[in-house]
Amino acid sequence: MSAILISVLVLGALGLVFGILLMFANKVFEMPANPTRDAVRNALPGANCGGCGFAGCDALAEAIAAGKAPISACPVGGAAVANEIATILGLEDMPDRVRNVATVVCQGSSDRCLNKFDYHGIQDCVAATMINDGNRSCKYACLGLGTCVRACKFDAIHINEKTGIAEVDPEKCTSCGACVRACPKNVLSLQPETVPVRLLCRAAEEGHLVSDNCKIGCVGCGICKDACKFDAITMVNNLPVIDLSKCVGCMMCAESCPNGSMWGDFENRLIAEIDRDLCIGCTICKRNCKFDAISGVLKQVHEVNEACTGCGMCAQKCPKKAITMHVREHARDANAKVGTAPVQPAVPKE
Amino acid sequence: MSNIMLIVIGSVLVNNYVMSQFLGICPFLGVSKKVETAVGMGMAVTFVMGLAALFTYFIQAYVLVPLKLEYMQTIAFILVIAVLVQIVEIALKKISPALYQALGVYLPLITTNCAVLGMALLNAREGYNLVESVVNGVASALGFTLSIVLFASIRERLASSNMPKWMDGFPGALITAGLMALAFQGFSGLI
Repeated sequence: MSAILISVLVLGALGLVFGILLMFANKVFEMPANPTRDAVRNALPGANCGGCGFAGCDALAEAIAAGKAPISACPVGGAAVANEIATILGLEDMPDRVRNVATVVCQGSSDRCLNKFDYHGIQDCVAATMINDGNRSCKYACLGLGTCVRACKFDAIHINEKTGIAEVDPEKCTSCGACVRACPKNVLSLQPETVPVRLLCRAAEEGHLVSDNCKIGCVGCGICKDACKFDAITMVNNLPVIDLSKCVGCMMCAESCPNGSMWGDFENRLIAEIDRDLCIGCTICKRNCKFDAISGVLKQVHEVNEACTGCGMCAQKCPKKAITMHVREHARDANAKVGTAPVQPAVPKE
Repeated sequence: MSNIMLIVIGSVLVNNYVMSQFLGICPFLGVSKKVETAVGMGMAVTFVMGLAALFTYFIQAYVLVPLKLEYMQTIAFILVIAVLVQIVEIALKKISPALYQALGVYLPLITTNCAVLGMALLNAREGYNLVESVVNGVASALGFTLSIVLFASIRERLASSNMPKWMDGFPGALITAGLMALAFQGFSGLI
């Protein structure tokens, strides 16, 4: 009994002495407090994963507080943490930045793209690629054997059971690029999360060489290039390349694509609306509309019809800022005729 | 004097903590990707092990032995090492922020480095006096530094060489470590 007591007492005493020692050491070597850094440190996840490139969350907090790292530097915390840090640092909100997400550049689901042969080997895209470039008829197609799924540390990619190709959950994607490096077919690429249009095909062949294999593949016809009135599309290797700095989001390329390989964000398509009180009937918007979607005569309120593609050129040019863009409620009608609304005289506001 | 020399050669080469006693493998594998950090880790370990040898000697000689509590060695030594590392960390932060930055996360990691505890326990088992304990502490830490720096140099070369995919990274490093341990066996006849 006494042996137990003595050992407990001795160790307890040792612990107490060491504790007091540590306390004194802390007092003697006290660091000047940095409340900003500590607050930022508390906002960070604290996993010390090193994903930001700094040696742990402490180092990142130090860098963010000193302004050496962007507030969105933590890839794990994402927008939520960035906004929290923005509040701490007294910034209004997270500055706009283009968030990239991994994008599957292939729509060749099993009902659209055929198979060359049945593959029963190792269930891995790298292994499958070694056998005659994989079992899909199109050599650019997603094989759907899940190499990217296993490469993703954030559970953001899954193989869709129905279509048999990979699908990215943009919410979970941290754009770390692990899947892009893992994919032997280069089907995945990092692309801005919100773009109006996106080419979802990598087939660099032309015409029936593509369409024989896949119903939704890009045949390189160039219709989208002609449909683009803003010269944002050039054809490279039988594929349209979209210059996002020129793209205004009219989505005419996606609308005109005969095969559907050009994806358009039609749910968020815009339409122009003219404020009747502000319009002075100057016809500048009408002259700048490349789609004949604005009608009206001088000194009368102009009218936007359903042919509007939402390119926003009119809103840019309107001297009275009378035009606003908002998400349209029903699909665009290319043949919409003007003059459905009664013409009202414009009221000059001078 | 010859006793001291024997301890030094024994700890650095013959009974190298990493290569023949297999202590401190965690930092040996974890912090050996770059020579620079390996040197930093070696320095930090040397510093802590020298101090730990000193303090654990006092704890052993003046607390545990008189009270016949030698069976509490492990717990008491872990306590000493943990506190020591903490104090060193706090002090370094204030005195030399540059060194603190350089050592970074490795400093607190030394708390869990079994080479430090192993050294303290071996000192007690061998019955070294104060001078011998400290010399053994520093010498075995230098042995640790020697092997981790050598290993890091080899890994740097391996990283730029054309390894088969399945050997790249840890598999190759582990085989390298095994070959190095074999090489160190060559010192076994020295004493």
